[in-house]
Amino acid sequence: MIHLENLTVSVDKKVILSDINFSLKPGQIVYLMGPNGSGKSTIASVLAGHPHYRIESGQIFLDKKDITKLDPDKRANLGLFLSNQSPPAIPGLTVKTFLWQIYKKFHPQQKILLSEFRRLIESESNQLKLNPELLNRGLNDGFSGGERKKMELLQLLVSRARYLILDEIDSGLDIDAIKIIFTKIKKLISDQKLGVLVITHSGSLTKYLAPDRVLILSQGVIKSSGSAALISQIESRGFDK
Amino acid sequence: MAKFIPAKKYKYGFSSPEAAVFKTKKGLNETVIRQISAAKHETKDMLNFRLNSYRQFLAKPLPSWGPDLSKINFDDIYYYLKPSDREVKNWNSLPSDIKNTYDKLGIPQAERDYLGGVKAQYESEVVYGSLISRLTRQGVIFCSMDEAVNKYPDLVWSHFSQIVPPDDNKFAALNSAVWSGGSFIYIPKGLKVDLPLQAYFRINSQNMGQFERTLIMVDRDAFVHYIEGCTAPKYSTDSLHAAVVEIYIAPGGRCRYTTIQNWSTNVYNLVTKRAYVESGGVMEWVDGNLGSKTTIKYPSTILAGPHAHGQVLSIAVAGSNQILDAGGKAIHLAPHTTSQVISKSISFNGGQSSYRGTVNIAKKARNSRSKVVCDALILDHRSRSDTYPVNKNFSSSSILEHEATVSKIGDDQIFYLMSRGFSQSESEAMIINGFIEPIVKELPMEYGLELNRLINLQMEGSLG
Repeated sequence: MIHLENLTVSVDKKVILSDINFSLKPGQIVYLMGPNGSGKSTIASVLAGHPHYRIESGQIFLDKKDITKLDPDKRANLGLFLSNQSPPAIPGLTVKTFLWQIYKKFHPQQKILLSEFRRLIESESNQLKLNPELLNRGLNDGFSGGERKKMELLQLLVSRARYLILDEIDSGLDIDAIKIIFTKIKKLISDQKLGVLVITHSGSLTKYLAPDRVLILSQGVIKSSGSAALISQIESRGFDK
Repeated sequence: MAKFIPAKKYKYGFSSPEAAVFKTKKGLNETVIRQISAAKHETKDMLNFRLNSYRQFLAKPLPSWGPDLSKINFDDIYYYLKPSDREVKNWNSLPSDIKNTYDKLGIPQAERDYLGGVKAQYESEVVYGSLISRLTRQGVIFCSMDEAVNKYPDLVWSHFSQIVPPDDNKFAALNSAVWSGGSFIYIPKGLKVDLPLQAYFRINSQNMGQFERTLIMVDRDAFVHYIEGCTAPKYSTDSLHAAVVEIYIAPGGRCRYTTIQNWSTNVYNLVTKRAYVESGGVMEWVDGNLGSKTTIKYPSTILAGPHAHGQVLSIAVAGSNQILDAGGKAIHLAPHTTSQVISKSISFNGGQSSYRGTVNIAKKARNSRSKVVCDALILDHRSRSDTYPVNKNFSSSSILEHEATVSKIGDDQIFYLMSRGFSQSESEAMIINGFIEPIVKELPMEYGLELNRLINLQMEGSLG
């Protein structure tokens, strides 16, 4: 379980998240919603350990281990995976090489041939309707917003994530692509008890992936929380009810 | 994230005791030049060439551009050191210190694994040479320059000092006065040599000057890939390496010249490299500069015949106390000639790297094309990168393009890779290896891996 306890975060001496408390259990789907600038993406970055943010007080636990001060790589190795809102490009770092390195990192015991691995990746790309040519290019180098999002999913599939944070997964993707991606994610939820935190500004995704719990964030504070029903309230009344 | 740890690792800094069979006194004068010439049993023509060049050297000023060279003390350098009495064909016949040095550098292993021939120069002379017998039978000549001057004087003098004349610049004049060692290569008509030929240059003694001279002649429709590597022990005093490389490519011929320069950071590396390419010929320079205190080197290509092509792929990696002034030149003299310069530089720990290049398309070089791309990666605020392009196009039917970018490793890139489970140094290495990938992929696999490894070693723990 991921658990945030009384978490207060600042950047440049300005508090931007205040006394945040919530949990994400294995197999659970939690929606974190709120208007632009409410601090949703900050929570994603803070969970993954971005050095830009300063934890003023409170703690983050991953399966009871305090990860508040851990570097991002240590958190990833414990099973935390952040699918970024806008992943940066790494020119010259070939996608297939990168995927292979992630795979080896998370599956040190597995004996699989590079050629076998390639076939696997190509088949996943086909299912995602991703041009396989992209696998030979630099990571995200010149990729469209949608292609970058699909790259995030490919990376998720080769790692051994147990908790997934999806930061604005729908930006840049059409409905068909979202359906494909959520089918993959649902399988991971049922097969591997993946816990998913969906960060989004609208309720439209809930049609494809139903939430177990909904949190509403506004101006750095969790204003309300509840079941999926909360979303229909927001849809009709807006965030500032 | 990790704290800033200044470091520059260099694994070739070991030295062996100096054991010269002959050595000139420190400093340079006519007597020293006569002694060098006498030690080599040279003709009067070569002695006169040396003496004339020496006068040019004295008359020429230091270069007016680029890094400061005023600290070079020409009187504090040994200009000639003969380390053994002859060149051998078997590593075991070498004096044990010299053999151990090359073993540590991995040259005999590389020779067994993937080379067609090797020349090993230690101080001033080539001490070891080999060429697989198949190539000898096919008429390939691969010998030291000294041997070539005696054995093939007509072939040598047909191009020796014609492509880089002594009065080209002060260091070409110096090399012409005191040159010793270097490679001579001749590839006969139509022969495409499938295995690379390699030369390895090692400076061992303190205050040493190494002045090898290389001439490569690729006959019609022939091909050769020549690779050179160089290292030296790290001393507190400076050493000087001033080489001259001349390449002649007959119509339809092709030469690829790969350099992995990894001198220790007390070596001034001031080298003049130039190729003369006839019609339809191709010259490819792959120039990797990792080491040295100061490097001034711009591999040049004169595109003399129609449809000739020249290419420079240049990497410079400048760390603390290093100034690397590298780049390339392409001189288009004939119609339908093409050239491409791709330069990648990385500066860190206060290092300075510059791209300095010239592309000149003459009026008669109609329908020619050149493209220059310079990318610089600067890793911290103490380091710098400069670009000095001189691009001149006198032909209205020709196209000359220039692109330059300067970038830094972004915190977001590091965070992104770390959030996939890679440590900070692994993430930095991935970004840097990605940056130089367009050049590394042009190297033979073993050298590409070696280059990545060397750069990562050099920069280990040096980023913050």
